[in-house]
Amino acid sequence: MRRRLRGIRPGLVVAWTVIAVVIAWAIVPWLFTGQDPLAGVPAEKLQAPSGAHLFGTDAIGRDLFTRVVHGAVHSLSGAFVAVTVGLVGGTLLGVLAGSLGGAVDAVVMRLVDVLLAIPGLLLALSIIILLGFGTVNAAIAVGVGSVAAFARLSRSEVVRVRQADYVEAAFGSGARLHAVLFRHVLPNSLTAVVGLAALQFGTAILAISTLGFLGYGAPPPTPEWGLLIAEGRNYVATSWWLTVLPGLVVVAVVLSANRISHALGRTR
Amino acid sequence: MPYLARRTGQALIVLAIAFTATFVLLQALPGDAILIKFESPELGLSPEQIADIRASYGADVPAWQQFLHTISGFVVGDFGYSVQYGTPVHELIGTALPETLVLAGLGFVVAVVLAVALAFLSTLAPFGWLRQGLRALPGVFVSVPVFWLGIVLIQVFSFQLRLVPVIGADPVQGLILPVLTLAVPISAPLAQILARSIDEVQLSPFVAVVRAKGASPARVLWRDVARNATLPAITIAGVLIGELIGGAVVTETVFGRAGIGRLTEQAVANQDVAVLQAIVVLAALVFVVVNLAVDLVYPVLDPRLKRKAVAA
Repeated sequence: MRRRLRGIRPGLVVAWTVIAVVIAWAIVPWLFTGQDPLAGVPAEKLQAPSGAHLFGTDAIGRDLFTRVVHGAVHSLSGAFVAVTVGLVGGTLLGVLAGSLGGAVDAVVMRLVDVLLAIPGLLLALSIIILLGFGTVNAAIAVGVGSVAAFARLSRSEVVRVRQADYVEAAFGSGARLHAVLFRHVLPNSLTAVVGLAALQFGTAILAISTLGFLGYGAPPPTPEWGLLIAEGRNYVATSWWLTVLPGLVVVAVVLSANRISHALGRTR
Repeated sequence: MPYLARRTGQALIVLAIAFTATFVLLQALPGDAILIKFESPELGLSPEQIADIRASYGADVPAWQQFLHTISGFVVGDFGYSVQYGTPVHELIGTALPETLVLAGLGFVVAVVLAVALAFLSTLAPFGWLRQGLRALPGVFVSVPVFWLGIVLIQVFSFQLRLVPVIGADPVQGLILPVLTLAVPISAPLAQILARSIDEVQLSPFVAVVRAKGASPARVLWRDVARNATLPAITIAGVLIGELIGGAVVTETVFGRAGIGRLTEQAVANQDVAVLQAIVVLAALVFVVVNLAVDLVYPVLDPRLKRKAVAA
């Protein structure tokens, strides 16, 4: 047990720090960099990382670190929208299926089966072709892909909690279904759902950057992380920093979100 | 066999809903690809000409007729016409499929090898820190954006080390980096499941009995642990196939390869709904069939389940 504690804590602290820094980037980017994310200095184009330009500069002389900092808000808010869509839609479906049972349960779970049968990226692309390109649409598309996971989890939680003695006692003492749901079932299912939300947050950041890379997310010159990497792609031979550094930021954020979700799952 | 019939029925229902949902979402909507392609003022087509074009694509009849027409086409393998290319969708998929099958097949094989190596090394490696490090690796693999991994591999192996040529690579050389890019994220969940079930099997009583009877560590590992630990990995085969298809979209785009992934990417860019719908329904079909096969094969591989199924 002690060994486990010693082995886990530092990693978790680093993970929370990474997430805190990135959230700060999204809220107050100007505290971290004084440069303009959109206007470049042509004379300083394609410079390697240095003291003046931590992550180097891109093809039209924009400071890459500034662009990554200002891009945080797009990735984070996109992931936030995606997780909200999945959480609200999935939990609603799951709770409905789990508490009503019968035909509703069967219909909802078949729908969930369909969502699971279509690969995540194809599902997201189908929704994007429907809604059109853009940051919010990409986020919604990614969120719909996580509805199935939330629905399955919340359904199984509801079914589990419903069988508990105190819930039976609540029904026995005359409580209505919706009262029991809000009073007992939802609060007791919450921890597991929050753990999944943290995991989906990391997945959503990955998926949104993928859609951004493919060109279906925010339009240029938005400094969205996937788009930054896509733009740096033309300079792989000469300017490695344009693709490597933004990618490392994405990896760090996703790793941290996964690490935190793991810790949340453990405390259950 | 009521079980087989029920599972097949469920699979068919899932496919039917998938088809209906994609049809309703993609085809029945007002802003369709035909309008986007032909209604732009530069073409100068008259409303009558557009109506003719719509009729030739079968888009002028009520939605329910289109639905019946499309679904009866899908059943016999006719997916309609691509608005972008004007060719039948099944021809487009037919030409793109072999490339993707080679890429995905090799990617899957490499992923399995990578996962097995990782799982066994992370339980057998000599030092604690090394085992911990190997255990953490799958977690890193799933956190890496696939498109970024591809670009970094090009950077390192083609531009820095100059091991794989960028221009003028022969087909085999051209496959090395895409296969690796596709395999790494697929191997992660497989390695995690394998490592976990190796741990579980090693703690189970029958392994202790085999050890106590004097079996060598190698015999215990390969005959008893490995055979039992690989079974649970089969259950995620369907999910992995889905990830292979998603990974192919990204990998083929990054490496500029022709294939189903590239076709998908272009279908989205050009709002070519017929192509996208066919690919989505086919992907769901593959997923459902693989899962059905896993459900049917599993009891054969694990006799304990067969006994339970008979008892139930």
